[in-house]
Amino acid sequence: MSERKLYGLTALFQTPDEIVHAAKKVQDSGYKKYDVHTPYPVHGMDAAMKLKPSNLGYVTLIFGLSGAAFALLFMYWAMSKDYPMIIGGKPFFALPAFIPITFEITVLLATLATVIGMLTFYFKFPNNSQPLHDTPYMKAVSSDKYGICIEADDELFDLEKVKHLFKELNGQNVSDIYFPVTEPFKIFEPKFLILLAVVGMLTSGATYVTLNKLLYITPFTWLMDQDKVAAQSRSVFYADGFGMRKPVDGTVARGFIPYEYKGLAAPVVPLSNPLLPTAQILQLGRKRFLTFCSPCHGNFGDGDSRLRGQFPNPPSLHSEKVRGWQDGNIYHVIVNGQNVMPSYSSQLSRDDRWAVIHYIRALQKAKNASPSEILEAKKETPSNAAK
Amino acid sequence: MPQNDLIYQKKNLPESLKRLGFILLGIGLALGLAGFLFDAQRAFFNYLLTFIFIMSIAVGSLFLIALEYIAGAEWSTPIRRIPEFFASSIPLLFVLVIPLLLNIHSIFEWSQKNVVAGDKILTGKSPYLNASFFVIRTILTIGIWSLFYFLFVRNSRKQDVTKDQLLTKKNIKLSAIFIPVFAITVTLAAIDWLMSLAPHWFSTIFGIYFFAGSFVAALAAVTLAIILLKEKGYLHPRMTNEHLFSLGALQFTFINFWAYIAFSQFMLIWYANLPEETVWFIARWGGMWTYISLGLIFAHFLVPYAVLLSQPAKMDPKRLKFISIWILAAHALDLYWLIMPQVHTANAGILSIVFEFGFLIAAVGGFLLVFYFNAKKHNLVPVGDPKLEKGLNFRL
Repeated sequence: MSERKLYGLTALFQTPDEIVHAAKKVQDSGYKKYDVHTPYPVHGMDAAMKLKPSNLGYVTLIFGLSGAAFALLFMYWAMSKDYPMIIGGKPFFALPAFIPITFEITVLLATLATVIGMLTFYFKFPNNSQPLHDTPYMKAVSSDKYGICIEADDELFDLEKVKHLFKELNGQNVSDIYFPVTEPFKIFEPKFLILLAVVGMLTSGATYVTLNKLLYITPFTWLMDQDKVAAQSRSVFYADGFGMRKPVDGTVARGFIPYEYKGLAAPVVPLSNPLLPTAQILQLGRKRFLTFCSPCHGNFGDGDSRLRGQFPNPPSLHSEKVRGWQDGNIYHVIVNGQNVMPSYSSQLSRDDRWAVIHYIRALQKAKNASPSEILEAKKETPSNAAK
Repeated sequence: MPQNDLIYQKKNLPESLKRLGFILLGIGLALGLAGFLFDAQRAFFNYLLTFIFIMSIAVGSLFLIALEYIAGAEWSTPIRRIPEFFASSIPLLFVLVIPLLLNIHSIFEWSQKNVVAGDKILTGKSPYLNASFFVIRTILTIGIWSLFYFLFVRNSRKQDVTKDQLLTKKNIKLSAIFIPVFAITVTLAAIDWLMSLAPHWFSTIFGIYFFAGSFVAALAAVTLAIILLKEKGYLHPRMTNEHLFSLGALQFTFINFWAYIAFSQFMLIWYANLPEETVWFIARWGGMWTYISLGLIFAHFLVPYAVLLSQPAKMDPKRLKFISIWILAAHALDLYWLIMPQVHTANAGILSIVFEFGFLIAAVGGFLLVFYFNAKKHNLVPVGDPKLEKGLNFRL
């Protein structure tokens, strides 16, 4: 058997009053290394043992404050710097929404720090053995008795004197506690290492089987196995047989303004072009005209189709009729279509249409300009020279 | 322990207290009533604020008494007379409420029949929010509180003479009945007197919010009274600072509780962003209300939290005295924040702020007089209570 050393002397008491009295006497006798064990906190014990307020509170405070600061800074960085996201229309740094998380991180860090601090400062973590563990004394004081233990390390410790003191105080079950000097468990023993390896293999094997095999057995369905309707395919679920659902009547796409005179012969109220004929707008109109209108209307709106008779040629855009039209009428034709011309409302956005109208007006102006106007345009003006 | 320790000489509070009480009452009433000359409606709201202030401290004290009995607390037995004295103003509420009931139409929008008739929501709420049912509820609520006050205090005072331990048992049973009744009545009072000032608005947490604020105010008032009386030697000589610890701890707890509830109420409304709910907070933002709303966070949470955080602070009479006065002021500010936006949204003129303090000053004077006249008739220490000896020996 390994060498054993005396840890201390313990005594049990029956009532809280006795233990407070005993603690006071032991304190007054000058002992420093002693401790009291009770099943619950006993009022008056701090004063009897002359305990100073614990310093653990400062650990809690520091970690609590750093938890609050960390949580707030992290959320500030994540939600408004690194990956800003609009949530519920709230600002990126939405303080009220962050408060509960800040509170929880504060509490989490403070409590963890308190527990780890307590283990470190009072139980000398990572040491996990205490000579009083597994003694009849500890069993008694953790159920219904009140105990006091004077350690042998104390300067004043003398076996006979302490026994006498306990007897004087009417302590019962006075017993001496021994502990082995050498460590009972050796961490590098082959037996322990083999056990560790076996446990490790079993754990990782079980994890592998669970994650890769067990989870794919029949009752667990995964997304790819679930019933679904592919886009554009027939549905047996809906009565109309469409796999894709139509939007509710009156649904308007974002950024889209519906045309209110669609289907009528002409706009009821004359529409005016909301865009100014700037160079940028004319460029846009030209681009859209050449893409969507010119195949039939021709590059200059003369009605000379590139389609070589595959489709009837439209009349010229330079007729008196079209030139006499208001902008709104052209808009109306683009949206509604006319004769064989289909609606272009899905190809051209609202701004595109108005830009195209500006471009058509420019074409009409170019084709029907008076000589004086041509002379005016040909003059060496700074803007013409740049061209 | 020597038995003669328990013999306690009944002490009267000094005449100067009575004089101060009457002076404060006089000045306060004069100021408050002068307010009616300038802005009668606003003066009524100030009077309502003071009424709620007195009510919250009185009823919170009654709850503290019930709490002591039902928890079997010993530390608070030597000081139980202080909340009892505060609670003795509950029957006075019957008198104080009369001016409010007589002018119900100038305070509560829902009591005006022509307003309700043109308003779908108020018409829907009118089975509950109507003048006659309101008066019945008010009288019933104050009546229930008064009944419990008389029962508690009668047993407690009888014990001074008879030393009958069964009276404590009776009061324990009484508090078990009182606490759920208190929960309901205080919620109703909060809804009736405060929430219905903005009759379209609703918040299910409002009752708890009012309870949290009023209990912490009652604790502050009790703590302040205890420290002042102890300094002058009117309480039992064996009382120590450790008796104050639990009062400090309870204040700290309920300051946190108030902040928790207040923030929950705000965050849910802010998050959902429904117009019918946010309107209440919008009325408390802009102009001086922005500063009062933000100031409330500091006054009613951050400052008391920081001051009461450490363990020694909860036992230090000086610090507790300071923070008790602070919390009482913060409670008044809280009530101001709850009530006043309903009557004026613009910045308040300096002149009218002077009048706003009038009734509160009168309330302080009134409480001094309540203490003076109570102490004249009754012991400041419950000498017959079986828990008194243990309570005096209480140590942390």
